[in-house]
Amino acid sequence: MKDSVKVTINDKEVEVPREYTILNAAVEAGIKIPTLCHLDLHDLKMVNRTASCRVCMVEVEKRPNLAPACATPVNDGMVIRTDTLRAITSRRMAVELLLSNHPTDCLICPRNLRCELQALAQELNIREINYSGEMNEFHIDSSSQAVVKHQNKCILCRRCETACNEVQTCGILSALNRGFETIVGPAFNLPMKETSCTYCGQCVAVCPTAALTEVNHVPKVWEALNDPEKYVVVQTAPAIRVALGELFGMEAGTIVTGKLAAALRRLGFDQVFDTDFGADVTIVEEAKELIHRMETGGRLPMLTSCCPAWVSFIEHQFPDLVDVPSTCKSPHIMTGTIIKTYFAEKNKIDPNKITVVSIMPCVAKKAEAARTELSIDDHNNVDIVITTRELGDMLKEAGIDFDKLPDEDYDHPLGESTGASVIFGTTGGVIEAAIRTVYEWTTGDELEEVEFHALRGIDGLREAVVPINGEEIKIGIAHGLGNARQLLEEIRSGKSKYHAIEIMACPGGCIGGGGQPYHYGNDEIVKKRQQAIYQEDRRKKIRKSHLNEEVLKLYENYLGEPYGELAHKLLHTSFEAKERI
Amino acid sequence: MVNSRRLHMLVCGGTGCQSQDSDKLVKALDLVLDKYGYKEEVEVVKTGCFGFCEKGPIIKVQPDDIFYVEVKPKDAKRIIEEHVIKGRRVEDLLYSEPAKHEKVEKQHDMNFYKKQMRIALRNCGLINPEDIEEYIAVDGYLALGTVLTTMTPVEVIELVKKSSLRGRGGGGFPTGYKWELTYRNKHDKKYIICNADEGDPGAFMDRSILEGDPHSVLEAMAIAGYAIGADKGFIYIRAEYPLAIHRLNVAIDQAREMGVLGKGLFDTDFNFDIELKYGAGAFVCGEETALINSVEGGRGEPNAKPPFPAESGLWNRPTCVNNVETFANIPPIILKGPEWFSSIGSEKSKGTKVFALAGKVNNVGLVEVPMGIKLRDIIYEIGGGIRGDHKLKAVQTGGPSGGCITAENLDIAIDYDSLTSIGSMMGSGGMIVMDEEDCMVNIAKFYLEFTEEESCGKCTPCRIGNKRLHEILTKITKGEGTEEDLERLVNLGQMIKESSLCGLGQTSPNPVLSTLNHFRDEYLEHIINKNCPAGVCKGLSNKS
Repeated sequence: MKDSVKVTINDKEVEVPREYTILNAAVEAGIKIPTLCHLDLHDLKMVNRTASCRVCMVEVEKRPNLAPACATPVNDGMVIRTDTLRAITSRRMAVELLLSNHPTDCLICPRNLRCELQALAQELNIREINYSGEMNEFHIDSSSQAVVKHQNKCILCRRCETACNEVQTCGILSALNRGFETIVGPAFNLPMKETSCTYCGQCVAVCPTAALTEVNHVPKVWEALNDPEKYVVVQTAPAIRVALGELFGMEAGTIVTGKLAAALRRLGFDQVFDTDFGADVTIVEEAKELIHRMETGGRLPMLTSCCPAWVSFIEHQFPDLVDVPSTCKSPHIMTGTIIKTYFAEKNKIDPNKITVVSIMPCVAKKAEAARTELSIDDHNNVDIVITTRELGDMLKEAGIDFDKLPDEDYDHPLGESTGASVIFGTTGGVIEAAIRTVYEWTTGDELEEVEFHALRGIDGLREAVVPINGEEIKIGIAHGLGNARQLLEEIRSGKSKYHAIEIMACPGGCIGGGGQPYHYGNDEIVKKRQQAIYQEDRRKKIRKSHLNEEVLKLYENYLGEPYGELAHKLLHTSFEAKERI
Repeated sequence: MVNSRRLHMLVCGGTGCQSQDSDKLVKALDLVLDKYGYKEEVEVVKTGCFGFCEKGPIIKVQPDDIFYVEVKPKDAKRIIEEHVIKGRRVEDLLYSEPAKHEKVEKQHDMNFYKKQMRIALRNCGLINPEDIEEYIAVDGYLALGTVLTTMTPVEVIELVKKSSLRGRGGGGFPTGYKWELTYRNKHDKKYIICNADEGDPGAFMDRSILEGDPHSVLEAMAIAGYAIGADKGFIYIRAEYPLAIHRLNVAIDQAREMGVLGKGLFDTDFNFDIELKYGAGAFVCGEETALINSVEGGRGEPNAKPPFPAESGLWNRPTCVNNVETFANIPPIILKGPEWFSSIGSEKSKGTKVFALAGKVNNVGLVEVPMGIKLRDIIYEIGGGIRGDHKLKAVQTGGPSGGCITAENLDIAIDYDSLTSIGSMMGSGGMIVMDEEDCMVNIAKFYLEFTEEESCGKCTPCRIGNKRLHEILTKITKGEGTEEDLERLVNLGQMIKESSLCGLGQTSPNPVLSTLNHFRDEYLEHIINKNCPAGVCKGLSNKS
């Protein structure tokens, strides 16, 4: 059978691969067919092909009804028309129907000007809704610390379900009820808080409207900044600096580290610190823990634990395996802890007066910061978490012309970081950073080639063997919780061959996090952020965590031995088996 | 069944008659027979449905072919004393033709049965469905034996193709071709599914077949399994059909025990077994991809096709989904040959079709007629005409997916294509007769209310579009409609038909579009004069 077929779209003939849909073929022919529910994150392996919105309907010769372009495979000799009155009217009516059951509070909607439904209504030139009628009025679920579910804004594209069930295999969101009453929600429409949701935020990342958004914590940050009693410290995760620029019209993959530090200073934070510092501390602790486990016959493989969604996943879905992850707290929690102990003591500031704000690419970090077991002396290590998107909103609200800001440095000492910590922002980065340290510590030799290309890439499951001291260290990497599940099943059945595994809940790692600027279905954006992360690593003078001078001082002056007693008290935690709901 | 006894009293044990105490009637008959010492001579058999539900409970006495209707348990004594002992008819229990007002003794003289031709329902009302031996006595499992021992799968498929049998669930897809597609998709595991998720309001032919002749479906599924290369079948049946489920369970157990289900059937290496899966009463689960999702334990909602189940169905394996009535036709086709079958019916629709005749006709019930029969014959001959002195206004076929047919089309030869050509459809065979006391706007509203509720909610046109159609119709029935509303109904209805994801949405506007097409004046009467000529819509005037 020939691998390609010829199809004619609006009189234009194109030859395309046999497995193409009409939509793919139209792209090839340079013809735009509007879509809404459709989403294809190619290399990140998420495809939503529910064909439920019926916005991409086209005419196909000899077919009595219209065909959804997103889900109809091409065949040889197919004659397609996308521009007839019949097709255009049908598409417009589908959007009109959606709008007839959608709030029109666009001006005050969190997705205003970022909403795919709004953009579509504009694109299809909709000026009136001919079929208005009853509208659903559902309760807004703001029960959780992380995700708000605003069902009235849901258009049932079901992308969130695909993300939650097929990609993340969490199985929290699915369609409930039927007919006009159909909604998407957890089983029995339980409040999100009462479910096993990991808050990975991938549902938020793919939602075309404001049906799923992060909990907005911006007002709390403004409040803290304007409270004269508060000493407000901010920290930024590695993945922020390669994504924030997108919110200000910059190319995906633009590195804005310097402007980011400058912008935060303009907002009035008392200290602008970098979560990368905490990442370097994490590596010191985690590398020691791995060596310790390997030398003492401890539990292997060791799993990374910096991703809170992933931690929540294992607690709920694999409660029998909660002793497998590293006990290290995540980098921003470590940074928060160090700010409220070491930094506070050193600068004689009452930790109760310090507010730590984390800028994260992540929705789950909001819920993580609220986990009481991570607090030290009854105060949270991190007080407020806002996402990259929320920071963008704040900067706009503050009237900061981001583009024109000078490049500035982070504040001393918790702004010092290495290339190893920057790569935490991408899948494969944490384990690569750990290997750089483990190698030098176990061999005593200097590692000259610090880039482990075998650990890099975008495939959902990767593995590599790193020879250290004559021993082959087997590394596994998974991003996306569905991929993680496969590795966990191996561990559960005793078949895992790895020494260490890195797991990130979000496809791509933190660069593809649920709190990042919307990618609108374009996986290239996520890949460009990844390239930028590696570029940022190359720009750093020091590229190994254990050589971060400020980290070394922290241990020397305060913590003592890495993985020692005080380090354990402050920087490590334990995980709890939880019920799956 | 018919053995050496002098008389057999066949008592209907279908759901309709059972709800009117036919079980008690059976017990009463047995008791009286016992009392008079006639137990050796006369046997009481609880059969499946006779189809004449309007007049149930029914007793047919064989070999006399005497047909008693509306028999109560208290009549048992009289029947035994008169008919069995004295050899006299119980006159007042005989059926009376509505037009002629004269009693008819024998089943084959009754207009209700005269023009019927029973293939799918051949054993309903004849055998005890809970006894496999009775099924075997009427050539049951002979078709399966023949197929397994003398035919190749391709020969079976060719035979079914040659018979021109088309799917009886509504779509009318050629059955043999469906089998062939599934056969051609190579896979180590394939499935047969029997779609028994009968959901059209008022339709109950599948239930009757399963209650009255479960083995014919089991046998046909095994034949289909052999043809396509499947060793496992599922029957997806509504949980609201407890009697059918019970009889299927009994039949499956007996078939396994008899060795016609299970391993090494008829001493060949062909294995086939059947499992029941219960539906929770969602109409959309009659759509095959929704049904498959439901069998898998997922939400009962359809997927975009392709892929078709024949390529990737249950658990992504090639799967052949056929309807109950379709299956019931298979054994006779094998035994009597495809030529016999294709000699019955119209040019493009072969064989018979079972209709659930209901509404304003004298004889309500299940009727099986050759394709191509005139609508007039069904209504006026079999159905005994319109009740009272009323006039026929319209006939709705195809249930909520169909449309209405008016008196001017009474002489149309009914088959898949003719019904579609006049804006209705065969559907699963619902046929509701309406007279001038039925308001067509209200009828359309009734069906839309049904589809609106039964929409799975997946695609926009069906989820929101049907809701909006229903709202507009409600407005009109309240006298609040405008003439522009009629245009909106047509435009929206057309859009829903053309762009919905599955058959439910693709046909749901039919009742609106067809009533609007035939009875536009009645719609306008509601809108302009705030008048409901049929006197149905409350709050409107009632002037005809």
